[in-house]
Amino acid sequence: MNNNRVKSNIAWTIAAVLAVCWLMVTAIPFLFMVINAFKGQFEMLQKGVFELPDSWFPTNFIGVLENGFLSYFFNSVILLGICLTILLFFTACASYPLSRMKFKLRGPIYALIVACMSIPIHVTLIPIFKMSTVIKTYDSIFALIGPYVAFAIPISCYILTTFMASIPASLEESAEINGCGKFMTFFHIILPLSKPGLSTLAIYNGVAIWNEFAFANTLTQSRKAQTLPLAISAFKGEHSMNIPVIMSVLVLTVLPMIILFIILQEKLVKGLMAGAVKG
Amino acid sequence: MKKNASLVQSRQRSVRIAATVFLAPVILIMAIFIIYPIVSTFSISLFDWNGISKNREFIGMENWKMLIHDKVFWFAFKNNLTLMVCSIGIQIPVAIALATFLDAAGRKVNLFKVAWFLPLLMSSVAIGFLFSYALATTGGIITTFSQALGGGKVDLLGRAPQALYAVISVVAWQYIPFYMVYFLAGYGNIDINIYEASIIDGATRGQYFFHIGLPLLSPMIKSACILSLIGSLKYFDLIYAMTGGGPGTATELMATYMYKLSFTHFKMGYGSTAAAGMFILVTGFALMMQTLLKGNGSSNNE
Repeated sequence: MNNNRVKSNIAWTIAAVLAVCWLMVTAIPFLFMVINAFKGQFEMLQKGVFELPDSWFPTNFIGVLENGFLSYFFNSVILLGICLTILLFFTACASYPLSRMKFKLRGPIYALIVACMSIPIHVTLIPIFKMSTVIKTYDSIFALIGPYVAFAIPISCYILTTFMASIPASLEESAEINGCGKFMTFFHIILPLSKPGLSTLAIYNGVAIWNEFAFANTLTQSRKAQTLPLAISAFKGEHSMNIPVIMSVLVLTVLPMIILFIILQEKLVKGLMAGAVKG
Repeated sequence: MKKNASLVQSRQRSVRIAATVFLAPVILIMAIFIIYPIVSTFSISLFDWNGISKNREFIGMENWKMLIHDKVFWFAFKNNLTLMVCSIGIQIPVAIALATFLDAAGRKVNLFKVAWFLPLLMSSVAIGFLFSYALATTGGIITTFSQALGGGKVDLLGRAPQALYAVISVVAWQYIPFYMVYFLAGYGNIDINIYEASIIDGATRGQYFFHIGLPLLSPMIKSACILSLIGSLKYFDLIYAMTGGGPGTATELMATYMYKLSFTHFKMGYGSTAAAGMFILVTGFALMMQTLLKGNGSSNNE
């Protein structure tokens, strides 16, 4: 018994040491980013990268915010609002018959939608780029709505269909007996009951859309249309040697997520994990 | 009887109409932005086209012949496979270890949990840019440590073999928290009675892990592997931001190669061929995984 306790103590010590090592691996890049975001361009080169800055006054942050960072931010916000509204409504519409109606094509349609989950977006980039130039949405946030919604649909339908299938059938039946049509049932019973599923989807897709890069980089070009993930490379283009400025841009792009995490905590984690379904 | 049958029919018809109306928008959006573009990519792959000019020249299978002999594309595919093997080999064991630690230690290590979780809050592009500076030879983290210990500069991103492994490590840094949270949730789903029963029966933590925890987690481990496998083949953002596929083609992936062909060199015809090739490979892998797993019974989890 005593032997076991010694063994267990040793095991815990090793585990704790490894845990601290991993803590450093995770935290040091963040420290690097935050500390250097407050330094001047030459201050960073002269001093070591891990020395604290001379002053914690956010000079770089103010500069970045004054130089158009907010325009990227608001583009992202508007785009996110439009995409999520369209996505959640249409996904809910589609998941309703897929989970609660019996018709011949249900299986094949569901399989087709779910099969689209593993499609790489790159196979659609060129035609969608071409499409945006034809319908003249190129270089505006409107070019991004279609592809963002389309590629979010498969996994969202999968998650929401599973969710709706768990709503008890008795509610729907009693509504039907009382003369509720399919549409009334959807809007008055199924949709309100799906709120928890929809909020998970909103978080999962919201984060994915907020961070999306490939389409945004292809379909937009000027600052008036670019979203947050492109702000970093835009600032890098202007200040390629001024690393602290870029670090402050990085901090500003992570900040909304950290604030969201502080507010939502477990809910955000749950939303982020919604993507972990078998592909 | 007859009246009954017509009632059933009219009911079926109303269901069919409702289903059509509800499904139409989603199917339409997917048809326009996923199905049509895929077909279109395959058709553009038969042309020589720069993406801008109106006239494009039909060249049949020439692009495909070129792709089959394209050393860079297959090198990029090999990099994708290396990334895949390393991702599964590194991320999942480390994530299991971290989740096991958090599960065993409980609430008192919540600080670790939050800190370990942080990379998940950063976008791939931001991580890519951050590490392009953090691993640089001047003012980088590794170089700073190496010099503090009396070593020289460490050039991780500038040379061929180590650049790929540097990128793979950063990808691991990004995704380990994801799988950690995933497995932690898995541990949370294990009935507490099972744990208590095993402890009462005198099992040590290690025995519990190997004989109970791990087997109960195995369906989740399987789906984590599939996620990682498909994800590795489609990987793009982080590497595009961090190295752009360089130096040379050292960290080139199928997606970065396709992207550069199409939107840097404006070879849209050939770029489409590379994209279509990538699509075939990814879909092939996905189908293969599905048939392989079907034999093992369903492994459903939320």
